[in-house]
Amino acid sequence: MVGIAAWGAYAPRLRLSRKAVTEANAWVAPNLRAKAKGERSMANWDEDALTMAVEAARDALGPDDDRSAVDALYFASTTAPFVDRQNAGIVAAALTLEKSIASADVTGSQRCGLSALGQALAAVKGGAARRALVATGEHRRARAASTQELDNGDGAAAFVIDAEGGVAEFLGQGSVTDDFVDHFRGADSDFDYAWEERWIRDEGIVKLVPPAIRRALEVSGLNASDVSHFCFPSTFSGMAAGLAKTVGIAPEAVRDNLALTLGEAGSAHGPLMLAHALEQARPGEVILIAQFGQGAEALVFRVGDGVGNNRPARGVAGSLADRKDETNYLKFLTFNGLVEWDKGMRAEKDNKTALTTLYRNQDMILGLVGGRCRETGVVQFPRTRISVAPNNPGVDTQEPYRFAERKASVLSYSADYLTFSMSPPNHYGMIVFEGGGRIMMDITDVEPGEVDSGLPVKMVFRIKDVDEKRGFVRYFWKAAPDRAAMAKNTALAAE
Amino acid sequence: MAKGIRDKVAILGMGCSKFGERWDAGSDDLMVEAYVEAMQDAGIEPSQLDAAWFSTHIDELGTGKGGTPLSIALRLPNIAVTRVENFCASGSEAFRGAVYAVAAGAADIAIAVGVEKLKDTGYGGLPVGNPGTLAPQVIPNGSAPGNFAQLASAYRAKHGVSREDLKRAIAHVSVKSHANGAKNRKAHLQKAVTVEQVLNAPMIAEPLGLFDCCGVSDGAAAAIVTTPEIARALGKRDLVTVKALQLSVSNGYESQYNGWDGSHFHTARIAAGKAYREAGIERPREQISMMEVHDCFSITELVTMEDLFISPEGQGWRDVLDGFYDADGGLPCQIDGGLKCFGHPIGASGLRMLYEMYLQLQGRAGERQLKDPVFGMTHNLGGAPASNVCSVAIIGQEGA
Repeated sequence: MVGIAAWGAYAPRLRLSRKAVTEANAWVAPNLRAKAKGERSMANWDEDALTMAVEAARDALGPDDDRSAVDALYFASTTAPFVDRQNAGIVAAALTLEKSIASADVTGSQRCGLSALGQALAAVKGGAARRALVATGEHRRARAASTQELDNGDGAAAFVIDAEGGVAEFLGQGSVTDDFVDHFRGADSDFDYAWEERWIRDEGIVKLVPPAIRRALEVSGLNASDVSHFCFPSTFSGMAAGLAKTVGIAPEAVRDNLALTLGEAGSAHGPLMLAHALEQARPGEVILIAQFGQGAEALVFRVGDGVGNNRPARGVAGSLADRKDETNYLKFLTFNGLVEWDKGMRAEKDNKTALTTLYRNQDMILGLVGGRCRETGVVQFPRTRISVAPNNPGVDTQEPYRFAERKASVLSYSADYLTFSMSPPNHYGMIVFEGGGRIMMDITDVEPGEVDSGLPVKMVFRIKDVDEKRGFVRYFWKAAPDRAAMAKNTALAAE
Repeated sequence: MAKGIRDKVAILGMGCSKFGERWDAGSDDLMVEAYVEAMQDAGIEPSQLDAAWFSTHIDELGTGKGGTPLSIALRLPNIAVTRVENFCASGSEAFRGAVYAVAAGAADIAIAVGVEKLKDTGYGGLPVGNPGTLAPQVIPNGSAPGNFAQLASAYRAKHGVSREDLKRAIAHVSVKSHANGAKNRKAHLQKAVTVEQVLNAPMIAEPLGLFDCCGVSDGAAAAIVTTPEIARALGKRDLVTVKALQLSVSNGYESQYNGWDGSHFHTARIAAGKAYREAGIERPREQISMMEVHDCFSITELVTMEDLFISPEGQGWRDVLDGFYDADGGLPCQIDGGLKCFGHPIGASGLRMLYEMYLQLQGRAGERQLKDPVFGMTHNLGGAPASNVCSVAIIGQEGA
């Protein structure tokens, strides 16, 4: 029974206070004060749709770094960093998936996350793939003082699909394709251009979504009353409840759309709500997830007995809990490239990337793969022809060794106010790994005073630099505080 | 171990330009300034030079690559010029090349000149470097202070020293060097500072504040070397000879193998041990009269006191606070102001350190003059704690 075998989610730690935004903009947009409730997730400067999708995928795949069973990858986003360089390829390299996988970027509408999920399910169902990974992420930019700025959130979700579907059996899908242009973003535009909300609601969502839902239920052999969890992302208040009423889904099945805690993460939001539903659903329950976007996509799942045993380490619940207040609206604008700020001469260095070097060192740079000496067992980064082992520098004795999922801690660090950083001071230091190996690397998601020798850290896939001149984004791994391990250490110390 | 360099080569003359923000001078002017002084000190003609070694680190700022910048600036008589580069230890490399050429008999008289023109960037601090095609894709967006500052967190963790104690100790390092630099007319920074000023200065890279960082300076220094026999034939007396020249270079042990604790310089300990053996020194804390170490940052100097086996491990910060390395202490250190105040024109620094040791050994250091020094040691480091080159040289009275 094809379905979901595992899921994962990710939301950036920073949560921007909507009140901070509306107060700053009250002079120009006093009407936005009505939207001052709650908070939205805010990507750090070094996060984008792709890095967040990688983190969600890692959450779904779990701590085992043998990913050889995955044979297909679908990456979905409308804010992927590259228009012509396969983004899924970067995700695959970061996750050290096999080169033989099938892969695709799915994009172009707000429902592309669910479209990707549907395609992965179809591929497994049809036998084209045995274990497919769906990774969705979204990091939408919006103009200052716009409603989108308040409504949007940044986030990602991922699913592993296989023929057993132990977490949730896939029952059916309904689709509607209709060029109803509620909003658009041209190839050369940074921002959405949206039509009147009332028209989108009454002529769009109300008319185009129910047929997809009805079709999905019909294919699944279910009635609307069978649905225990109805997920429908919309920034219009009461929209999901209205749809539920239209199609006959019980009002109590309508799920929280996370508007007050995360905001709406575009094409990743349906997947995020599905992940959230899986975290709260009981075996046997039916989940219906639908999303609107030049038509609609609706998918139906029955929660399986495996739902309790396959919980991700973080998931949506963990993402909601791992949060930090951000009330600095200017920082948000700066991170999103909406402020021309004085970066100083040190930022003038050319970030041109040698693509030859990148490819030659692909597993090192994108996959954080080092080496282990077959003879001495000594682990090192990067992998080199001559081993670093001081007493046995063997030649050509190394096999690839993955660092990304290893536990690590800070040996030495500094918080550097001199060097250019998008979020000064730039923290970096020598990170040492359990099992051997060390890497001098950037430390992200920290505040001054938080880092010291001994701090437990985990590896996160992030933007290293942006080559604004050529439109290229460099990715690498960074260390971030392992807050779960920190909490554990604190608890141990208290005992 | 090889027989070594001890007493095989004598310093015939040295020169050093005024260090500082030399808005008035290009690298060629600085080289000429050091060269003219060194040639006058040696009392020789250009035609007597057999070979030259030339050190500069950041050639792309305008000095240029190869040997020609030196040969053209000094109008050398078409002799061999070898350009060397070994990070901030480049000046010591130029000296090593010249000394070895004389010791080998390949040259009777050789000159080493180091120069750096840093203040043409438009901003403070060292220029942002070009680390190639792979490194920028993986190494942190860092700076020299950020790399060296890491010694502090590792040192605290290893030796259980509090943030406050270590911050006070490194502040003392800088206060001492400023006091010394105030007596040096060639120094970049010639003002004394207080501990409070150092502690309250703007943060550069935690825990290093502005006064924990050395001057970024323009300057040049030069040394002319020959055999003791030729020196005497040229009328020189009370010769200063080379006792030891050692260089140790990281091989990835610190940066890639989980053995190094981040609190010290692996290479410095190796180079120092070899240098003492080469010079025949068994009790460095007592026998070394004075030293110039690579105090690019105050924390570097502090841990170096242990790496050179002067202070016991974990106790360097106490010796510093006790004034052991002050001008009137047990082993005066940075008597000319050090990198901290004399300044740090990268390619010249190793030679500048030797210049002060040479002046002191000849009793020509003016108001900084120490009483009857016998051995002067220089420690010249390049790179960063996790990956570096470390040069240790000892010069002294002939026969000592």
